[in-house]
Amino acid sequence: MLLELGIIPVEEIDWGRKTAIDGKALHIHREELIEETRGNDFRIASVRADLARPGESVRILPVKDVIEPRVKIEGRGGIFPGLISGVETVGTGRTHVLKGCAVVTAGQVVGFQEGLIDMSGPGARYSSFSRLLNIVLGIDVLPGISPHQHEEALRLAGLRAAAYLGEACRSAVPESVERFEWPRFPTPVRRDAGLPDVAYVCMLLSQGLLHDTYLYGRDVKSLLPTLLLPTESMDGAIVSGNCVSACDKNTTYHHQNNPVISELLRRDGTDLRFLGTVVTNANVTLRDKVRSAEYAVKLVEMLGARGAVVSKEGFGNPDADAMMICAGLEERGIRTVLISDEFAGSDGASQSLADVTPHADAIVSVGNANERITLPPMERVLGDIRVAEKLAGGQSGSLARAGGLGVELQALLGATNELGFEVLYARGG
Amino acid sequence: MGPWKAVVYLNQFFGGIGGEEKAGMEPVVRSGPVGPGNLFAELFGPEVEMVATVICGDNYFSEHLEEATERVLALMEGFRPDLVLAGPAFNAGRYGIACGSVCNAVVDRLGIPAVTGMYPENPGAELSRRSVFIVETRGTTAGMREAAEKMSRLAGKLLRGEPVGFPEEEGYLPRGIRRNTFSAETGAVRAVKMLLQKMKGEPFATEYPLPAFDRVPLLPPVDRMSRVTLALVTSGGIVPRGNPDCIEASSATRYGKYDIGALSEMTPESHETAHGGYDPTYANADPNRVLPLDAARDLEREGRIGKLHPFYYATVGNGTSVARCGQFAREIARDLIRSGVGAVLITST
Repeated sequence: MLLELGIIPVEEIDWGRKTAIDGKALHIHREELIEETRGNDFRIASVRADLARPGESVRILPVKDVIEPRVKIEGRGGIFPGLISGVETVGTGRTHVLKGCAVVTAGQVVGFQEGLIDMSGPGARYSSFSRLLNIVLGIDVLPGISPHQHEEALRLAGLRAAAYLGEACRSAVPESVERFEWPRFPTPVRRDAGLPDVAYVCMLLSQGLLHDTYLYGRDVKSLLPTLLLPTESMDGAIVSGNCVSACDKNTTYHHQNNPVISELLRRDGTDLRFLGTVVTNANVTLRDKVRSAEYAVKLVEMLGARGAVVSKEGFGNPDADAMMICAGLEERGIRTVLISDEFAGSDGASQSLADVTPHADAIVSVGNANERITLPPMERVLGDIRVAEKLAGGQSGSLARAGGLGVELQALLGATNELGFEVLYARGG
Repeated sequence: MGPWKAVVYLNQFFGGIGGEEKAGMEPVVRSGPVGPGNLFAELFGPEVEMVATVICGDNYFSEHLEEATERVLALMEGFRPDLVLAGPAFNAGRYGIACGSVCNAVVDRLGIPAVTGMYPENPGAELSRRSVFIVETRGTTAGMREAAEKMSRLAGKLLRGEPVGFPEEEGYLPRGIRRNTFSAETGAVRAVKMLLQKMKGEPFATEYPLPAFDRVPLLPPVDRMSRVTLALVTSGGIVPRGNPDCIEASSATRYGKYDIGALSEMTPESHETAHGGYDPTYANADPNRVLPLDAARDLEREGRIGKLHPFYYATVGNGTSVARCGQFAREIARDLIRSGVGAVLITST
């Protein structure tokens, strides 16, 4: 099995008379983009489209999701299967990527803990999204729509917009092609025997109440942990429906560009043997947690892995799932590393996690999300500034005069991403 | 900016007054630097002036912790210092506790920086490392110059308001707080690297060391309880009315040992709770709810326990550090074993 990602770098975006890629410039037909974003979803009342470039004095809030425009050129299935394409298994053939830009969905707040992206200033240092050319969609829905309907409407609208832009690079010639070859799954042939056998456990938040994730269109609350090719998420098999905890929610963009999968593939065959990805969920009841943790551990064991990286989403409650998985793997002799952020209080003096096990002796910290930051006013705000006080990590009074914001890092989208997307970490001081 | 004024705290030995025979001396003041203070003066140069030295005996300090801290603080305050330096205490336990206590009070009450130095295993380090900067020193005075250099470098940064680096960079003992910084590699790259190290059995360093898990193995059931002396111990703060030992409502620094030899039960007139972490209404209305003296007397009368130990021990477990609780437990256990107690009923809230 083979997936080729054709990389089409985007270094400029602007509005144009036709949506097309011209060298490294992406021209977008604004009205057509708005029309494609609306689709025929009667729940959507209005769509505004704006551009936000790195270095500009722009704040985007509240952000619902970030999505990378991609298009399937060859191979089975289509982009974002089960949601805006069929349900054929993706992850093979050829996919083109508009690298360097992203669709950002914003507008009326869906969940009360959404976050923001600053395109310049101190907040820009914490999020990779601040370094992308962003196509910002301010989407409002009809009054009376339930939060779940609202979430779904925005989720699908964002995917439609990304797919529409992706089409622009269907016939473009990629600057480079990344090949992800997968010759042995699930064959027992040990071509490179002797290398450490490693699996990846990807926890998906699935607590309901707007804390959800979709796999091939299916809500993963009812998922029994399952196996994924490393390339399936590159074609959009995992889509975020999570409106909570901006700093450590895994947006669709993060899943499309999962850095753990990239790193395991990069070192596959040289330093390790990457056996596969187990996706599991993080539900709220103990019974669900135990079932999923046990099942995920079993799959890792069946793959024959001797080591595993576990990534997380969210904080507090999902700490329990993460610790159960760590303990289960270690008890079976499978060496485990967990990626987690910390909630150590704004002074950094508290215990960082809600649950721990002595087995979690190898944790990669991606930063203390409680640390406070003051974000200066921006010239332009895309979205709705009035929600600032409702952001996770914001508080009453966050909306300081002149548009400045005093918030915890929690409010910055992706700042403490638990797939290990960023370079922030916390140390003992 | 400078010149700033510093006061130095020393014990009787480093203060040049005498050895163990002078350990009972009360706090005194010397003008200008004494002993290690001369080294600090040399290292700081004209930027910081050592205006005075406060000297106190180690025994006096450890036997009158609060009073000694107050008196030392009052003496220091008179000089309106910008900085306090204490020790370094190396591995001297009583001296370390005194240096930690003085620095704590200075930071907390005078609002100026204080720096001390200790060997990591000095008991004073565990008591104060979370609240004050303790520079790591060697176990003996052979490390004096090195310690003084680190202390003065760190103190200089604090005086100038410069950002303080991480423990490994500055040489202070980790304070148990978490601070954000940026790595050269993403979390994902570091995770795979750490996993390969772990799988190969190579040394690796977790980025979040878990809190220590102090699991106590269960002992077999007590044999023939009917012949054993039972004692009552509580972290629920039940004390004789008026709280004679002034046990703190939170972050307790002490415990009490109280006579119940003549009592058949607790009453609202005889006992109350000193605990600040729960609604005290029901404990004060009937203190037996937290310290079940009435039920223990029943068991004694029914012959189901040998006898009830005539003293109980109480502290407040509200925000009290694990290190402090461990110290209480060791002392109480020694006392109980000496008294021939064979079983303990511990109640919390």
